[in-house]
Amino acid sequence: MSKAFTPTVAKPGVITANNLREGFNVWMCEDGWTADPTQATLFEDEAIAELALLKAIGQSNTVVGPYLVEARRGPNGPEPTHFREAFRQTGPSNYFHGIQADKQAEASNV
Amino acid sequence: MFDVRPVDTDYVRHRAAQFRAQVERRLDGSLTEDEFRPLRLMNGVYLQLHAYMLRVAIPYGTISPDQMRMLAHLAQHYDKGYGHWTTRQNIQFNWPKLVDIPDMLDHLASVGMHAIQTSGNTIRNVTTDAFAGAAPDEIADPRPYAELLRSWSTDHAEFQFLPRKFKIAITGATNDRAIIAAHDIGLRLVERDGKLGFEVWVGGGLGRTPLLGQVIRDFLPEDDLLPYIEAIIATYNLSGRRDNKYKARIKITVSERGLDVFRDEVEEEFLNRRRDFQGADHEALAIFRNRFAAPVFRDAPVEGYEEARASNAGFRSWTDTNLRAHRIAGYTSVIVTFKAPGATQGDASADQMRLLADLAERYGHADLRVMHDQNVALPHVHKSDLPALYAALRDAGLATANAGLTSDIIACPGMDYCALATARSIPIAQEIAEHFRDEGLEQEIGNLNIRISGCINACGHHHLGHIGILGLDRAGVENYQITLGGDAYDIPTIGQRAGAGFPAEEVVPAIDRLLRAYLDVREDEHERFIDAYRRLGADPFKAALYPEPAHA
Repeated sequence: MSKAFTPTVAKPGVITANNLREGFNVWMCEDGWTADPTQATLFEDEAIAELALLKAIGQSNTVVGPYLVEARRGPNGPEPTHFREAFRQTGPSNYFHGIQADKQAEASNV
Repeated sequence: MFDVRPVDTDYVRHRAAQFRAQVERRLDGSLTEDEFRPLRLMNGVYLQLHAYMLRVAIPYGTISPDQMRMLAHLAQHYDKGYGHWTTRQNIQFNWPKLVDIPDMLDHLASVGMHAIQTSGNTIRNVTTDAFAGAAPDEIADPRPYAELLRSWSTDHAEFQFLPRKFKIAITGATNDRAIIAAHDIGLRLVERDGKLGFEVWVGGGLGRTPLLGQVIRDFLPEDDLLPYIEAIIATYNLSGRRDNKYKARIKITVSERGLDVFRDEVEEEFLNRRRDFQGADHEALAIFRNRFAAPVFRDAPVEGYEEARASNAGFRSWTDTNLRAHRIAGYTSVIVTFKAPGATQGDASADQMRLLADLAERYGHADLRVMHDQNVALPHVHKSDLPALYAALRDAGLATANAGLTSDIIACPGMDYCALATARSIPIAQEIAEHFRDEGLEQEIGNLNIRISGCINACGHHHLGHIGILGLDRAGVENYQITLGGDAYDIPTIGQRAGAGFPAEEVVPAIDRLLRAYLDVREDEHERFIDAYRRLGADPFKAALYPEPAHA
């Protein structure tokens, strides 16, 4: 697991967890949780982030194991800074499964 | 006290119903995650990098065709069409939803299967030789004893919260294919004065502190198996360290206290325990021996086998690499490798599982074994059936002629799936396999065990690879350490780290330099990599891995 991380303006972060019922990865966003990491809320303030993490921990009937992790501001939203988070945001590299496949399926349904 | 409890579908159904209620209480908020986690782990449910994972027990790797078909059903309906053979002869499903797992356990229970004690600090799946009951070098079939240990350890009230997980392996053969030296307890069937017993090893294990076990008893009469094993684990349960997760395995207990001190404690405990066993274990063993009676082998001429070898190069190549000797004339054991070009090591599709079930019924006395190297064996095949078996396997992409060769790599799921991993294993294994196939060197290199783990916990048994690869996170980049000279079988050996790690893209070139150096220095084609390494030492191989002094 990632070590405890506290975000700053220079090193912002997101809050991520797993959906309790199904297990897939989710990120905290403005109105709850999203399976799309680019929609995640980017925290730049330690106190606000800690408060949000406490709120996430309080939602244990929805999500499992929430944690703060570093992210950077990208053109389409927060981006991972570490390869572990990058894999969590796409899926395994040996099959086109996980979020990468869900996104493609979603795009083809639009 | 031990009680006879044969495979009991009522019991596993009951446990499945219990878990269904636990999941319901978790979902309605009655249980917190902290309360639920140990309950789900007791039933083999992990939360991994992308999803939940369900690890299903395959006791000592032995599985019937109907059970295999049930695994196929689960793969198809609750996963993404496949499952993954593990190095404990189990299977893992990578994508189940928590809300579906109670249904999966019900399905498993209907064929006498479950996921109990596939996780947690309990006695895990007992493993054994995949060729048990078939191998010519066997003193006795280890499976009745493995089943005795399984039924005794399942839900053993005293051992549900051990200091750490506990793994037992047992072999009945002179060539150890169960890697007993790398287990918390290893058992080797031996004969003395016409009586069967066990050489008992204790304190082996891999992970962050790899240690080979030591012999705690050179001859344990078979009648004393359960009380003695119970004495070892009871002693460890009390003296094992619970203050530090990384020092909690029995290997640390034995090495810190010393084998002699530990043995004295065990022997004292054994005398107490033996009184409590009043023969139920011996009665159970007699029942289990019956259950594992040999099939009725065919006494028939081997027709068509040599002709097919002469006329079909693919068949010849496959029979050269993927067969193992059988104790009955005309028979052989067949290894079906799950290491085809481009495949993920140890992944089996639902269709492949169903085919194996059918073929085992048609050609293999309905017997299948999941191997610790992530392959599946048909232990009993008459040689006259091999051409037809090969053709059916080939059509399903399951006739890759590579058992024991460079591309027959053991690889853990790594960071493609595992929440504990520090780097990926699967792509590295795939790249190595592809490279040596493309170079046409695999046959020339001959027997070679490459093993890859994606973290220090060593599920890929990298310490025991002739070439071991350990994936680590170095400052946010995947980096791979190479160990040399490990051996799981002939002379159990922990491999030694060769030097600084390599970035992912430099692993294949490094292994290429290493194996070309081996081909240059070997005495002849019969001298395997590990033999040459033992003869010459590490230096010529390190020089190949690190050609520039700056990297040494």
